[in-house]
Amino acid sequence: MFGKLTLDAIPLGQPIPLAAGGLVGLCLLGVLGWIVLKGHLPYLWREWITSVDHKRVGVMYTILALVMLLRGFTDAMMMRSQQALAYDAPGYLPPEHYNQVFSAHGTIMIFFVAMPFLIGLMNFVLPLQLGVRDVAFPTLNSVSFWLTCSGALLVNLSLVVGEFQRTGWLPYPPLSGITYSPGVGVDYWLWALSISGIGTLMTGINFVTTILKMRAPGMTYLRMPMFCWTSLAASLLIVAAFPILTAVSGMLILDRYLGFQFFTDTNGGNSMLFMSLIWAWGHPEVYILILPAFGVFSEVVSTFSGKPLFGYRSMVMATMAICLLAFMVWLHHFFTMGAGADVNGVFGVMSMIIAVPTGVKVFNWLFTMYGGTVRMSAAMLWSVGFMLTFVVGGMTGVLLAIPPVDFVLHNSTFLVAHFHNVIIGGVLFGAFAGYTYWFPKAFGFRLHEGWGKASFWFWQIGFWLAFGPLYVTGLDGMTRRLQHYTVAEWRPWLLVALLGALTILAGIACQIVQLVVSIRGREALRDTTGDPWDGRSLEWSTASPPPAFNFAVLPDIHGEEPYWTVKARIHDRHRLPDTPRYAAIEMPRNSPTGFVCAFFATLIGFALIWHIWWMAIAGLVGAYATFVVFAWRDRTEDEIPAARVAEIDAENRRVRGEALDAMETAA
Amino acid sequence: MVERSRAGARDIGPSTRPLRLALRLGASTVLGLALAGCTLRVLDPAGPVAESQRTILLNALAIMLCIVVPTMAATLAFVWWFRPGNARARRLPHWSFSGRIEVVTWSVPLMTIVFLGGLAWIGSHDLDPAKPLPGERKPLEVQVVSLDWKWLFLYPEQKVASLNELVLPVGTPVRFRLTSASVWDAFFVPQLGSMIYTMNGMATQLHLKADREGSFLGLSTHLSGDGFADMHFQTRAVSEAAFAAWLQGAQGSARVLDDAAYKALTRQSLKDPPATYRLADEGLFDRIVGQVLPPGPGPETGRPDPSVTPTSPSRQGI
Amino acid sequence: MSAAAFAAPAEGAPPERTQDPYRLGRGAGGDDESTGHGAGGPSPKHIVVGYGFWIFILADFVTFATLFAAYAVLKDATAGGPTGAQLFERGHVALETACLLMSSVTCGLAVVAMRVRNRFWFQAAMLATAALGAGFLALEVQEFAGLVAKGAVPSRSAFLSALYTLVGCHGLHVSVGLLWLLTMMAQVAAKGFRDDVVRRTTCWSLFWHALDIVWVGVFTVVYLMGLRP
Repeated sequence: MFGKLTLDAIPLGQPIPLAAGGLVGLCLLGVLGWIVLKGHLPYLWREWITSVDHKRVGVMYTILALVMLLRGFTDAMMMRSQQALAYDAPGYLPPEHYNQVFSAHGTIMIFFVAMPFLIGLMNFVLPLQLGVRDVAFPTLNSVSFWLTCSGALLVNLSLVVGEFQRTGWLPYPPLSGITYSPGVGVDYWLWALSISGIGTLMTGINFVTTILKMRAPGMTYLRMPMFCWTSLAASLLIVAAFPILTAVSGMLILDRYLGFQFFTDTNGGNSMLFMSLIWAWGHPEVYILILPAFGVFSEVVSTFSGKPLFGYRSMVMATMAICLLAFMVWLHHFFTMGAGADVNGVFGVMSMIIAVPTGVKVFNWLFTMYGGTVRMSAAMLWSVGFMLTFVVGGMTGVLLAIPPVDFVLHNSTFLVAHFHNVIIGGVLFGAFAGYTYWFPKAFGFRLHEGWGKASFWFWQIGFWLAFGPLYVTGLDGMTRRLQHYTVAEWRPWLLVALLGALTILAGIACQIVQLVVSIRGREALRDTTGDPWDGRSLEWSTASPPPAFNFAVLPDIHGEEPYWTVKARIHDRHRLPDTPRYAAIEMPRNSPTGFVCAFFATLIGFALIWHIWWMAIAGLVGAYATFVVFAWRDRTEDEIPAARVAEIDAENRRVRGEALDAMETAA
Repeated sequence: MVERSRAGARDIGPSTRPLRLALRLGASTVLGLALAGCTLRVLDPAGPVAESQRTILLNALAIMLCIVVPTMAATLAFVWWFRPGNARARRLPHWSFSGRIEVVTWSVPLMTIVFLGGLAWIGSHDLDPAKPLPGERKPLEVQVVSLDWKWLFLYPEQKVASLNELVLPVGTPVRFRLTSASVWDAFFVPQLGSMIYTMNGMATQLHLKADREGSFLGLSTHLSGDGFADMHFQTRAVSEAAFAAWLQGAQGSARVLDDAAYKALTRQSLKDPPATYRLADEGLFDRIVGQVLPPGPGPETGRPDPSVTPTSPSRQGI
Repeated sequence: MSAAAFAAPAEGAPPERTQDPYRLGRGAGGDDESTGHGAGGPSPKHIVVGYGFWIFILADFVTFATLFAAYAVLKDATAGGPTGAQLFERGHVALETACLLMSSVTCGLAVVAMRVRNRFWFQAAMLATAALGAGFLALEVQEFAGLVAKGAVPSRSAFLSALYTLVGCHGLHVSVGLLWLLTMMAQVAAKGFRDDVVRRTTCWSLFWHALDIVWVGVFTVVYLMGLRP
């Protein structure tokens, strides 16, 4: 009846996962209870869960990322404390648990923190910057989000029901094969990632279509803000790379479930094939993460320097070059497989070539600041911190791209330090910069600057304390993923690394305080004009938070920095543009399709992990029925009458008019 | 370290214990860092391969620092100089293009990469693991088998096998052939240089040489399951005479490594002490690579494992 | 209240195009007042939907490309088991191919009928497509059953694993296409040629033709090259 699932699946004998799972469960129940008791559930259902508004979906993505960041960081703290304790001692985490912890840490941080954070920002910002009302496929967007949630839920469920995989964040066969990993851990990874991977693929398709086909009149490619370009590149990479992940997961699933022989040791199976295929997805994935972050930095540096982005077309070329090169370097993840000098040499050189467009980008940000008026707000602080941190990560990356150097540093903590250097210093700092920068647009009030800056300093210092030592231990021959070790020289460095992790913890605490303080003191931080930072692109031309339809009338784009042009003209003429002629706007209706679909996806995933076949079939039928019901709807759009649009826009114009008057009087 | 500190603190009394502990930990940390600074294994080579790799690493690092340091300095300088209050800064609010700077921003990274790319290309050919080391002396052949979770070293010509300890003569180039009895591992002796994967059903090649006597850390650098952390071994580089003596001792060993003994070894186990064997015949390695001897059985809790709580036998071993 | 919104443009030289003759930089606001070339605002819905679905098909091609790559790598890894030349039957595959290619023709006819809003011919053509698609699937199931009867099961060798996966994945796509086809027939019967129904049917037809393209690849790489002596 319940396949492999028995009561033994709940780790009653293991206090740590049980307590952790219990605590999370209690928190969830508490929040849920509070929502129900306070009567917020209907509001949540109507306005958020069933919402197909790109802004709401974007915000929900970001919330998911922030929550998962806490989970992933908890894993990180456990790893750092285990390694600090486990010199010639077993520590407090047995290997089968420790291995789950680092596998879960990597999986969660990449798939459920970095990806949702950036996709959330892209969701929120893209249509606003392009001057349109929504993404190309709003309902599909909601489906994508909820499928990502479904994957995250499955990964976290493994904490209390069964186990997570113990093979590292990527399930390399033969270790992940059924012979060496007979438990359900790898299955959790495979199904969670297949489900959320489909969500991500749909997002990629959605964004590519949005950027290529849904732009305001006059928004030519070379007038798009840099963030749109990097999002386009990242979305193209998603479309081209994520199907590979789906296919390769599918092959491993067939190996594990039906005795296929793709990656086994026997009957002609080839585990090296998995390496190649997974990294053919995995390396582009790195750029899927970093490119949108580059876009955020471009926006932030330009805005806070009060200057247009330096070398815009050069940046576009660099972005697209990275997009293309991303697919030509995957072999550098396994130089030590013995592929031969020519192969290693070619891929080493190709990998280094990526450093050229990346270097160009860094220089262009540098010259964007040159001659500007650099306001060091929290968002800018994250960006400058990024520039200082990322160049070091880039440098160690080039070192690792030299095959003979990789031969002595591969899989060492040096490598761990390198990719945290680019992922924390690049992706995460970018996500935080974007979060700080666009928060007022989403909620109508700014985040508290002081706490934001404090958080930055803790993160920046904590990062170097945590990963500087790992560079050193890597040079001392320490490999990654060690549950315990007997080399005395590594110990002090690992203690420092723990200190670093604690410092980052303080940074995260500051961010939580910042959020609470900002919400409580939101009146003082209110952004009435919709343009708190003196922005240059279209998202700042509408109110904060923007109305459901974003723009009362679609903007007609003149020139390369559309909103800057408009502002300059207003300033010259001493008056706002004429009141436009409003028309009724049709907006897509909210739909529970995404939520229901994800419910069935979770059911299918869970059933397949535990071999509960009837439940899987029921889930499939349910998912199909959901689509049919969705397709049968007769009303797909709601109309907002012109009078209502005018009313909403009048308010926006009023505050802007007041701001202009205030300026004039001051002058 | 922690335990010793605690023992010492117990005499003083509970009130100062945390302080003492913190002080001791702090002092030992600083001392440890200072000591560790001098002898980082990868930067302290004991053979020609590791030495060339260190040279390449340091050269590449130096070249890149020439660009990275000025870039970082310029970032800080620009942020400082163009701060809002600085009246002396020349503001160029519309400046967004300069052909000359574009040329520099593209050509500086490009030239660096051309140079480093050359280094990488030449380096990956010179230091290809499969390439024999130059020299007159006939290389010693050592066959390496990674098992769950131990290392087996076979000396086919000398008919000797060694578990969890690698003994090499100084000055003689060594030709390694490597495979795995189960999952992937990676063979790595940081002070000798290049690591390489070991994979079941396949044999990889590696050439290394020890230039000085000593005992070096060796380890697996590719996650191989629950016992991974214990997959380390000592590499002893000894004089010719000592090596001959060691061989003689091993050849006289009571234990014989034949197919049956090998099969017993393929079962998962932890922390096996170093041991030497007489090697029954020199074809063992080829039988492992050719899968005449089947891959290791993995966890022995029955499969597919219906119980989910991790209950591999390794747990009892820890 | 943020006064920043209308802060005066900072002091400095106005944008000088002479410095940037090829317009490689980004003008501050710029003097370019034209409204772009052909970028006349968001595209109409039917264009956007079709375009998005094309992108999906490209992604699906990448999935198949991965399976093709795996097949190419594992083609000779028969581990002593049967090879393609021993297993494939030319006539059977030719019949499968004929079914699928014919179904694309009827699929095209259905789209033509939809264009002229003729319900009867639409349903007839769709039904023919469904019959041909089902015929293809039946032949494929028969082929697989034959393989299993010869002991050529997927767990026998990596080559057979890759074969079953590649051909089976295409078959799975055809099954999904078939289910979608029947759903669209029902939708047209219930709702008529409403805009959204037409858009979905267009997407389905793109999907169906794409499966043909993939099959041409499967037919060539697996069967023709496999049967080559």
